[in-house]
Amino acid sequence: MSLETIREILTQHGRLPVDVKTLADDSDLYNAGLTSLATVSLMLALEDAFNIEFPENKLSRKTFESIEAISEAIEELKG
Amino acid sequence: MVLSDDPITAAYQAYLDKLIEAGLLIPSGVMGVYGRSGTFEHIVERFENYVTRMGAHLQPEVIRFPPVLTRHNYQCTDHLESFPNLMGSIHSFLGGEREFVELVRKKQNGEDWSTDLKATEVMMAPAACYSLYPACSGVLPENGRIVDLTSYVFRHEPSVDPARMQIFRMHEYVRLGTPGQALEHRDYWLDRGEEMLRAAGLDVKRVVANDPFFGRGGKMMAASQREQDLKFELVVPIASEEKPTAIFSSNYHMDHFAHVFGIKTSDGKCAHSACVGFGLERITLALFKTHGFDPATWPADVRQTLAL
Repeated sequence: MSLETIREILTQHGRLPVDVKTLADDSDLYNAGLTSLATVSLMLALEDAFNIEFPENKLSRKTFESIEAISEAIEELKG
Repeated sequence: MVLSDDPITAAYQAYLDKLIEAGLLIPSGVMGVYGRSGTFEHIVERFENYVTRMGAHLQPEVIRFPPVLTRHNYQCTDHLESFPNLMGSIHSFLGGEREFVELVRKKQNGEDWSTDLKATEVMMAPAACYSLYPACSGVLPENGRIVDLTSYVFRHEPSVDPARMQIFRMHEYVRLGTPGQALEHRDYWLDRGEEMLRAAGLDVKRVVANDPFFGRGGKMMAASQREQDLKFELVVPIASEEKPTAIFSSNYHMDHFAHVFGIKTSDGKCAHSACVGFGLERITLALFKTHGFDPATWPADVRQTLAL
């Protein structure tokens, strides 16, 4: 699981008003300007990149609230 | 008649059949699109009159928009991003004579001619208040605005549930002003709406609700809407006891619409808005369900409340 890959995807699909490089792994992405709609694009891109599918119980803001949280969710899904 | 093994669908179908048999709804052949009888319309009209009476002390501005909004204004909202499956986009024929001949040929041969149409400048209104926000761009008066709206609205969700129509009317009170004014309006009308519906003999329940956002991402948006207590509904059983129907909703939009359409309070801050809506067909159906199909036999206090 590469945090760098998540950062790349976040840069491409997160539509954040700030540079992803300035964010720490545990920075709150919603505070950084991640919108609900951008979360959907981000989710779909992560699913393609890691060949996973977020199940219904993972569809919450908590799953996508930080780079670290995303990484943990992906690791859990990959088993 | 469609027979179904699913008990809720079967209950919807059974109740729809009863409404049609009683002549209250006139089927069109498309689910969710019905004619309404004079008796049905009389109740809609009486209830709407009740809503107007109960809101008169607020001295709302009365504005009526047609049930379409401009494509431009539609695109300024995020309805497409949130509810693409519910939208109603109006298309027409914009071609010349050659294309016209082709269009007619396709129709007469039973081919799909709809792909020869082009989008017009208008969309079906998904809620009565969507046309209001663009008309409020600029600075609000010192005390903001309270607006009384009513309109047919369209949502593409064909269903056998008679209470889930594709085209129906909602009567709304919209507040534009400070965050405090918007929240106060939302809370006031939630209490007032509950009292009003109870006085009409409807045993409503108040629930936290969410809009039916599209797809899996929509589930996230719905969860976030619920966490923030942005939408409340008053629900009552109509065709199904297990799945009560929302007949009133109150929505706090924060600065969502005001931000997009540049609506500011008199001190120059971005305004906030809230709307409350009475679903007129659903309330009428709930009244028929609760009190029976003949309004002449409804309880005296209900008849008095509705000035029947």
